[in-house]
Amino acid sequence: MMNAISDALIITKRQLLQLARVPEVLIFSTIQPIMFVLLFRYVFGGSIDTGQPGGYVQLLMPGIFVQTVAFTLAATAVGLAADMQKGLIDRFRSLPISRAAVVFGRTLGDGVLNIVVLAAMGITGFVVGWRPSSGPIMITLGFLFLFLFGFAMSWVGVLIGLAVKDERVAQNATFIAVFPLTFLSNAFAPTTGMPKPLQYVAEWNPVSTMVAGCRQLFGLQNEFGATAGSFPSDNPLLMSLIYMVIIMAIFIPLSIRKYSNAANK
Amino acid sequence: MKAVIAENLIKTYNKGSVKALDGLSLDVEEGTVLGVLGPNGAGKTTVVRILATLLSPDSGSATVAGIDVLKNPEEVRKVIGLSGQYAAVDETLTGWDNLIMFGRLYHLSAIDAKRRAVELLEQFSLTDSAKRPIRTYSGGMRRRLDLAASLIIRPKVLFLDEPTTGLDPRGRQDMWGVIDELVKSGVTLLLTTQYLEEADHLADEIAVIDHGKVIARGTSDSLKRQVGGERLEIVVESENLAAVKEIVARVSGSAINVDEGLRQISAPVTTGSKALIEAAKLLDEQGIHPLDIGLKRPSLDDVFLSLTGHVAEDKKEEEVLVGRGRGKGK
Repeated sequence: MMNAISDALIITKRQLLQLARVPEVLIFSTIQPIMFVLLFRYVFGGSIDTGQPGGYVQLLMPGIFVQTVAFTLAATAVGLAADMQKGLIDRFRSLPISRAAVVFGRTLGDGVLNIVVLAAMGITGFVVGWRPSSGPIMITLGFLFLFLFGFAMSWVGVLIGLAVKDERVAQNATFIAVFPLTFLSNAFAPTTGMPKPLQYVAEWNPVSTMVAGCRQLFGLQNEFGATAGSFPSDNPLLMSLIYMVIIMAIFIPLSIRKYSNAANK
Repeated sequence: MKAVIAENLIKTYNKGSVKALDGLSLDVEEGTVLGVLGPNGAGKTTVVRILATLLSPDSGSATVAGIDVLKNPEEVRKVIGLSGQYAAVDETLTGWDNLIMFGRLYHLSAIDAKRRAVELLEQFSLTDSAKRPIRTYSGGMRRRLDLAASLIIRPKVLFLDEPTTGLDPRGRQDMWGVIDELVKSGVTLLLTTQYLEEADHLADEIAVIDHGKVIARGTSDSLKRQVGGERLEIVVESENLAAVKEIVARVSGSAINVDEGLRQISAPVTTGSKALIEAAKLLDEQGIHPLDIGLKRPSLDDVFLSLTGHVAEDKKEEEVLVGRGRGKGK
């Protein structure tokens, strides 16, 4: 068990070393969400009247945080698919290490990257007017919540990456999966403007419950929430936790099994 | 004592429609080198993957260093090294980073991992490139580092899957030198190759496989006797064909093959380079300048032709593999 943890940490360290050797990766994965913050803040922000003190950016930031960590799924999938493609997974599998070490190390590494990206976004948000009002403890809790969601999504990415075995396929497949997921939600606009069936989807979408939950933790009313009185709208934090537990309970064992049999076909 | 034993391995892909291994058996004596020779698609990679615990066979059994591969893969992983076509290193990291990472994954202490990395870099002439990312390495350097990574724990049994495929002649020579050194250190080695020349150079014994079965086995000399040794080949202008045929007859004496389309005359020879020099001398005396002259060693195709009566059917598979880059092997 101790070995399994230290093995996983070696894999995580490998990822951080990669960032040190090719800093461009870190730079661009930070610039992209910052760009989103600026674009949404200044392009849409002016035309959306939220009735919220502080304006659209207060609602936007939790949305864009959640969107960014949701895309951890893609980062993990692409990274693992590349390792599969280049034969690295085979080498890892021929080593006397725990079957869980490589995938745990990877999800942890992507989690660390998320911390850096979230910090950069938070600072950018602050510069353009984001003022969370809930106090340091709640704000920290909010970020912890975001980190956990990224970690859960990362496990979905593990399974996809190991299954598709090709970097470009992983890139495209995950983009197609995650993009609608983040937009069919309350992240950027009220769900009340959507057609009824979509509203229903958006209401139960884990991205929506996450966004609503984060808005609460950052001290906001969930202005973009869907129908009041529905369970996910009224209990976004609880619902998000349930989603995360379900995702991890399903995808962690599946991913480890997939890794153990990675080439066994 | 046998360091590797594989018995009656069967492995099918795509729900049984593709038979990669069809009852393959082989063994390697401790401290010796077995060359597994065969075309792409013959099952070479599959057998290596099974022995290295990456793949489970449908049936059959195998032991490595006396440990059951199917029942006790964790223990097998502690005593083997795997390198070649399908093992790899992290290209974004430096050679040093990689060796440290793999050393730590083999549960060496930080100090031991560093010490071993220094040793291996030295042994494989990579010390000067240690701090450069792997993606700046040449193909040969990459393979050497890959091999170094598989030697971190001084494995009892080493598997090399096509260690020189894709390397230029210089890289191949270097790799052979490195492998020669390893063999002297007493490691048991199972290597796969498509080149008879390579198996000849590196292996004590050769197992020829085709369609997932061992079809011939023996030392390279005994296999070559079956195949028929070297051939002298001369290409000349068409008007000289007749004269050259006579010269070749004097040097070789046996079945001479004249291909008028290629303007090539060839015949088996038993005296090697001596026959070549003699032929060259005779050509020179008659004032004939050949377009090409040389000794051709028996190729894999020749081996196959003589052992199976058909040529190595690897063309299609090869295209598939090239098309997928470093894709998974079948």
